Amino acid sequence: MKTFKGGVHPGDRKSATEKKPVVPAKPPAVAIIPLSQHIGAPCEPLVAVGDEVKMGQKIGDSKGFVSAPVHSSVSGKVIKIDTCKSAPGGTVDAIFIENDFQDTWHEDVKPNPNWEKLSADELKKIVREAGIVGMGGATFPTHVKLSPPPENKIDYVLVNGAECEPYLTSDHRAMLERPDDLIVGLQLIMKMVGAEKGCIGIEDNKPDAVEAVTKAAAKDPRIEVRALPTKYPQGAEKQLIKVFTGREVPSGGLPAHVGCIVQNVGTCIAITDAVCKGLPLIERIVTITGSGINEPKNMLVRIGTPLEDVIEQCGGFKPNLKKLILGGPMMGFAQPGPENLPVTKGTSGILCLTDEEVTIEEIGPCIKCAKCVEVCPVSIMPLFIGSSVEQGLYDRAEKYDAMDCIECGCCSYICPAKRPLTQWIRMAKSEIAAKRRAAAK
Amino acid sequence: MIVAAVITLAALGLIFGGALAYASQKFAVEVDPKVEEVRELLAGANCGACGYAGCDQFAEEVVAGNAPVTGCAPAGTEAANKIAGIMGVEAPDTLERQVAQLKCLGDCNTVKIKHIYDGPQDCRAALMFGGGPIACSFGCVGLGNCVRACPTDAITLGENGLPVIDKDLCIGCSICVKECPRQVLELVPETKKHHVSCRNQDKGKQVREVCARGCIACTLCVKKCPENAISMVNNVAVIDYDKCTNCGTCVEVCPQKTII
Repeated sequence: MKTFKGGVHPGDRKSATEKKPVVPAKPPAVAIIPLSQHIGAPCEPLVAVGDEVKMGQKIGDSKGFVSAPVHSSVSGKVIKIDTCKSAPGGTVDAIFIENDFQDTWHEDVKPNPNWEKLSADELKKIVREAGIVGMGGATFPTHVKLSPPPENKIDYVLVNGAECEPYLTSDHRAMLERPDDLIVGLQLIMKMVGAEKGCIGIEDNKPDAVEAVTKAAAKDPRIEVRALPTKYPQGAEKQLIKVFTGREVPSGGLPAHVGCIVQNVGTCIAITDAVCKGLPLIERIVTITGSGINEPKNMLVRIGTPLEDVIEQCGGFKPNLKKLILGGPMMGFAQPGPENLPVTKGTSGILCLTDEEVTIEEIGPCIKCAKCVEVCPVSIMPLFIGSSVEQGLYDRAEKYDAMDCIECGCCSYICPAKRPLTQWIRMAKSEIAAKRRAAAK
Repeated sequence: MIVAAVITLAALGLIFGGALAYASQKFAVEVDPKVEEVRELLAGANCGACGYAGCDQFAEEVVAGNAPVTGCAPAGTEAANKIAGIMGVEAPDTLERQVAQLKCLGDCNTVKIKHIYDGPQDCRAALMFGGGPIACSFGCVGLGNCVRACPTDAITLGENGLPVIDKDLCIGCSICVKECPRQVLELVPETKKHHVSCRNQDKGKQVREVCARGCIACTLCVKKCPENAISMVNNVAVIDYDKCTNCGTCVEVCPQKTII
């Protein structure tokens, strides 16, 4: 089987939730809708305190191109506009809506019976208006990805169904439960970018998903479904492109530069919902798992549901909870606590780890074993970037191509000296980005 | 045999010795004697605070006229005067020796802890995670970037998690001041005893929520200072060290015990 260079094999630990069908979570009493649930310019609120809002109503938008609007996931009244915590750290402005539990849909939300006749531009507009962003966790606005520069002819649309992060099963369940919608979503994307070929990559530890999706895709000869070896980070954009097309995204380049577009399974299904049913992105599948939660589940959660509500519906934390992570264990964001933190468009999982799963080991000196170089999927040398950061030499880190890091976490995972290489590279990236911003001014 | 070996070695020694002696005369590098004199007067810590690669380069640049005679803060005013004498320029005004001072009292007992941070032990890294482990968004993170940056090992992390500065070892190079991501270190005149140990610019109520020793901008010190040396800037008291007479009134009146 074709594969990419490097990568690691962490235990997949998906057994707690992979057989559990998605169950709808209770709508929250107060929905906290952050105005920035995407990479790019934050939204401006379109409603004021005291306004009545309906389900699916657009409540925040931005004029920036790299941005996506946000919608209310409940019907009710805006009680305040305040800050809440955001997954990567820090705070963001958010609209707090008191739920009236009527679930009255907004008049703009209506199915489109003629969706098959829509043009590419009309489809892109629908995707933007529905506030769809990359649902694998990176939350890049999807309509921007679907509008590549005209000089880049897109011939491949790749769908990431690898779900290579340990623990997470939200994409797995989505592929099992809604394979037809996934295929429709992929066909819509192919239409929007004018691609001739659609590929869906699924890791071979999910044979049932491979089977379901292959069956659904049988009608369309342009779509290829392939089982990929189970290896982390199989689902990373650049790695998926390498596996399917043999092309390599250049340093600092985008998938569009090699004629590819990569979308997540969840994003494809959200596009189907938006185009066929007129639904904006107001709910998503979230895997709540880890040995620190009493009842691990896959849940369909309204965007804006406070984490505490979701945890409660899963039987609460176990007393020996040690770490709470939004997303997967490799790339997710550790959280100080569940308070004032809502589920957003990018929340693929809520991981509750106990002291059995989390060990904090002392950082040792680098012995130059080069294991990190061996596993690095983008062929950089994390050990040298790490030591540069340790000495505060960010210029040297830049020379070692710190900016090409995809922050997959393989180096930190494999390092026998337990050196926090990914974290150091992340630091270097933020320093280098700050330096470049200052230089651009 | 032994005699022959001794004679041969002695002869070789003489020949090479003569050659080296000739070469050292012929190819001698002319060093400005001033550079050596200036170099002697510098602190010699190679701290780099002057902006040059080390004391040697700084001495060369001073003699070349590119660096100011007062450029070596660690060496102090006396040395600066002597360097000025060597260079034949006017002696600078008397500068008081400056030492680093921590402007935060948010130790593990006084400041509210938001979360436990177990990532890389670096202040900047800790701040990237949820805005830092302490609830105060101005205070010391306590992971010791200043400790590692100090060229003279004058800073250590105290038991309460805050850096402790040994004023005798501090050479006033200001490297820690530049390194600190929270800017809680400042250079102060060595003779001044009292300092406002807080940089929190929030309103009093918010400060009290996060720290027991933060400046709440009550302005008592401003009103009571007999020298009118204290002013309130961005909700934090600031002492004008030129006016301060070390009387200690502000320390007595401060309800938060922020001024020490």
